[in-house]
Amino acid sequence: MAVTDFRRQFAPRPPRQRSIPRGVYAIAVALLVWFVAWRMFNGVWTLPLQSAEVTPLHLWLNEVNAWVRDNRDSNVLFVLVFDSIRIGVGAVAALFAQLFVQTDVGLQLPEIGWLGVVALVTWVAAAVGNYRVAILTAVGFTAFGVLGVFTEAMWTFALTLTAVLFSVAIGLPLGIWAGVNKRVNGILTPILDFMQTLPSFVYLAPLALLFLIGPASAVIATIIYAVPPIIRLTAHGIRSVPATIAEAADSLGVSKRQRLMTVLLPLARNSMVVGLNQTVMAALAMVTIAALIAGPGLGQLVVQALQSLNVGRAFVAGFAIVVMAIVLDRVTTAASRRAELSARHSTPLRRRRRIIALGAGLLVVAAAVYLSRSVLAAARFPAEAAVGEALGARINDVSAGFQNTFSVFTASLKDGFTIRVINPFQGLLTATPFLVVMLVILVIAVTVGGIRAAVISTICLLLIIAVGLWEDAMITLASTLIATVITMALALAVGVIMGRSDRVDRWLRPGLDAAQTMPAFVYLVPFLGLFGPSRFTAIVAAIIYAAPVAIKIIAEGIAHVSAEAVEAAQSTGASPWQTISKVQIPLAASSITLAANQGLIYVLSMVVVGGLVGGGALGYAVVAGFSQNALFGKGLAAGVAIVLLGIMLDRITQAAVARRRRIVPVTRRVRDVTAPLPVTH
Amino acid sequence: MARTPLRRRYIAGVASVAAILLLATGCSSSLNTAAPAASGSAAKPCGTVNVAMNDWTGYTADAAVFSYVAEKKLGCTVKQSSINEQVAWQGFANGTVDVIIENWGHDDLAKTYIADQKVAVDAGPTGNVGQIGWYLPPWLAAAHPELLDWNNLNKYASQFATSESGAQGQLLDGDPSFVTNDAALVANLKLNFKVIYSGSETALIQAFRTAEKNKTWLIGYFYEPQWFISEVALKKVKLPAYTAGCDTDAAKVACDYPDYTLNKVMSAKLDKSGSPAAALVKKFNWTNDDQNLVAKYIATDKMSPEAAAQKWVDANATKVDAWLK
Repeated sequence: MAVTDFRRQFAPRPPRQRSIPRGVYAIAVALLVWFVAWRMFNGVWTLPLQSAEVTPLHLWLNEVNAWVRDNRDSNVLFVLVFDSIRIGVGAVAALFAQLFVQTDVGLQLPEIGWLGVVALVTWVAAAVGNYRVAILTAVGFTAFGVLGVFTEAMWTFALTLTAVLFSVAIGLPLGIWAGVNKRVNGILTPILDFMQTLPSFVYLAPLALLFLIGPASAVIATIIYAVPPIIRLTAHGIRSVPATIAEAADSLGVSKRQRLMTVLLPLARNSMVVGLNQTVMAALAMVTIAALIAGPGLGQLVVQALQSLNVGRAFVAGFAIVVMAIVLDRVTTAASRRAELSARHSTPLRRRRRIIALGAGLLVVAAAVYLSRSVLAAARFPAEAAVGEALGARINDVSAGFQNTFSVFTASLKDGFTIRVINPFQGLLTATPFLVVMLVILVIAVTVGGIRAAVISTICLLLIIAVGLWEDAMITLASTLIATVITMALALAVGVIMGRSDRVDRWLRPGLDAAQTMPAFVYLVPFLGLFGPSRFTAIVAAIIYAAPVAIKIIAEGIAHVSAEAVEAAQSTGASPWQTISKVQIPLAASSITLAANQGLIYVLSMVVVGGLVGGGALGYAVVAGFSQNALFGKGLAAGVAIVLLGIMLDRITQAAVARRRRIVPVTRRVRDVTAPLPVTH
Repeated sequence: MARTPLRRRYIAGVASVAAILLLATGCSSSLNTAAPAASGSAAKPCGTVNVAMNDWTGYTADAAVFSYVAEKKLGCTVKQSSINEQVAWQGFANGTVDVIIENWGHDDLAKTYIADQKVAVDAGPTGNVGQIGWYLPPWLAAAHPELLDWNNLNKYASQFATSESGAQGQLLDGDPSFVTNDAALVANLKLNFKVIYSGSETALIQAFRTAEKNKTWLIGYFYEPQWFISEVALKKVKLPAYTAGCDTDAAKVACDYPDYTLNKVMSAKLDKSGSPAAALVKKFNWTNDDQNLVAKYIATDKMSPEAAAQKWVDANATKVDAWLK
């Protein structure tokens, strides 16, 4: 995913002089004080809270939850507002479900059968994209049948489509408004941050309470998570229309509305389609989560298979999710390219030829639909052709063999790393008096990000104390930072290789896409076998999920270092290593900082998944809050604490990115394009 | 700009797709209506039963057998939907859930939905007795039988130490859905152990499986009935016996967990409907061994729940007949 076009963002820029800034000394002193304080006051003022303990605030939140539960059906406001939303969303979902999945009557076949579905989506892919993505779509959708998960995949497709439709309906107007109005943008940005970083586990149960369990709730949960990208990127697209063009339009005396419709929107279209792409990807990321409130689809298969630790079956369903993600990603990307190209290159002749081809295709679709409604084999994917079960069994064998072979080695790796790295660092954060830790974070925030970042950090830390979860937050912070450092090391190594070679890029990219879209729990079961439930396992999970995005960003940055700079270095006889370390990496510095920012946010979004495999702390509190009513308030508080950590780390690194960019003039802020896309599986 | 022709083209495109689809679907009568459903005719007296599917395999076993009997013997249409166990209760209020086939306690929810809102009724015990406690992998129980008494745990605490628990022994807790007093228990029994939260049942089972296979030390929170017990026969550690009220104050608990009489809960709507499914819910009753067997078919033998249910029902005709009387 994250097919954001970084190309134009990382324009080549001249090298700059490095000097040791004063801030480095400040940080060094702060770290020293920290270390001394840790040794001196080990375990004093650390604000601990046991896993089963709660604070009055948490209890109060429980009461609010109970009140809603008791009054959901009697309060007129609840019934009117929530039921009408639910019925509206449910109706659209049911419509798509009838078309693609099953009807309520008779044999419960979909209206247009599997052959009709494949033909139709292939045609749409060809119409909005090109023939290559059309072939990919045909192969991908047929693969669902071959994997034996066609019905579930279509549920996922139908619900994703519904969520995306509503996201666009809500997101486009809001995005346009935010694009033309600075104040609206200022108000929306933190809300969108909140929506994207609050673990969905936190709002899942209340959502089910308000919108009842089932497809409608699943879609609404998905919308909450998926709508921010399209808002952000629409606003970004409008705002980044060059001022000169907008002024030129003004000088022609057009009205505001005309300017929006004829100048701003057409020029922002590319960015809007990228937003649509990110929204689709975010919606798919919610598939497994939605299964927890009875959202039908592939997520159900994953969840059910994992109850019995059936890795193979879970993998087959997870693989289908990956296939759908890749198909939808490539189609929407192709659509955005078309939006760009068609404006420039289309000639009447080409256009006519295309329309004729599409018209002919439509007849094929009609034939397929007709066939699907008259022949059973075209309506329901023949079970004999499915290989999902056999594939799952093979994967179970491979997974078991893998664990047998490596588990001794991996156990000692985990122990060594935990004792040498995780424990000391976590001790430093949790066993030092909280005031000292706050002070150190402030010094780092000021030095790296500036005053504004420091103020925001202070507010976040104070709020974390207020919700009563300081110690848990520090444990989570420790794991998050360690995971980010490793992610960045990995991303630098792989990203540089990828950025220097197109071929490597082409080979690695599908793997990176898969690592980002495969529901984490599918690959976590073998890891649990290798490492046991531990913080280490949680860190590994976070790295697998966060590294791809960091790698992609760095690869883009390296690939777009100006060719002249590289050639100049080579002509002076620089070795490949010197070219990398002295030219390419320094010139890609701003994308590396950006990668660190995104890496952090992605790592943080895996905290809850980490909680499911022994990560403990905030992640566990969120999971427990979802499962136990008595811990609901604490889980909510933990979710908020994760958001606060996220905002703090994001603002500090954002400010650092902005500083790097200020050195060379850059026209836009990074935040707009690479909206964080954390995925809480 | 190319705006107007573009828009016109989109509209034309969408319209032609819609037209063709309508044409294709309209001309042909769907197979759906052409062929009446095989089970449709018999479904009349029973109707549709919505079964909540909670996320543990023992539950799946109960639900699979119940669904199989309801569909095949009573002609009901059973709709299963996966859902978190506590969220499922909300479904009684709005008709999305008719049956929770295995319920572990949940006094607070029972009060809200059975006593106060009166949208659900207790449909009696499943016959399964739920036990919660501390368990050892069988190899360890065999090698050190003295560990089956909690009094001896401290002696071996260092053997149970892991990277997560440091110098103390690790007591591995699991699924966050289950109530645990373990932190208080460890403190009140003065055990040199630290509770580590694995965070999910999957993680817990995987940990026990690895411990048994590699003969490593592990003690953890577990429960019966559970399919995994039939794969690896975990042994329960004896804690100070449970007496009524010994767990009233969660902070002072120093006794074992009580036995849970697992029961079924169904919606008041289904109860009043007079559907044969309601009678089946009430009569459904079997043993821990029965459940573990079906759960093992599903989890270890990787059978589909339906196939597992069919296998058990075919082999236990007398039990099933008793439910249907």
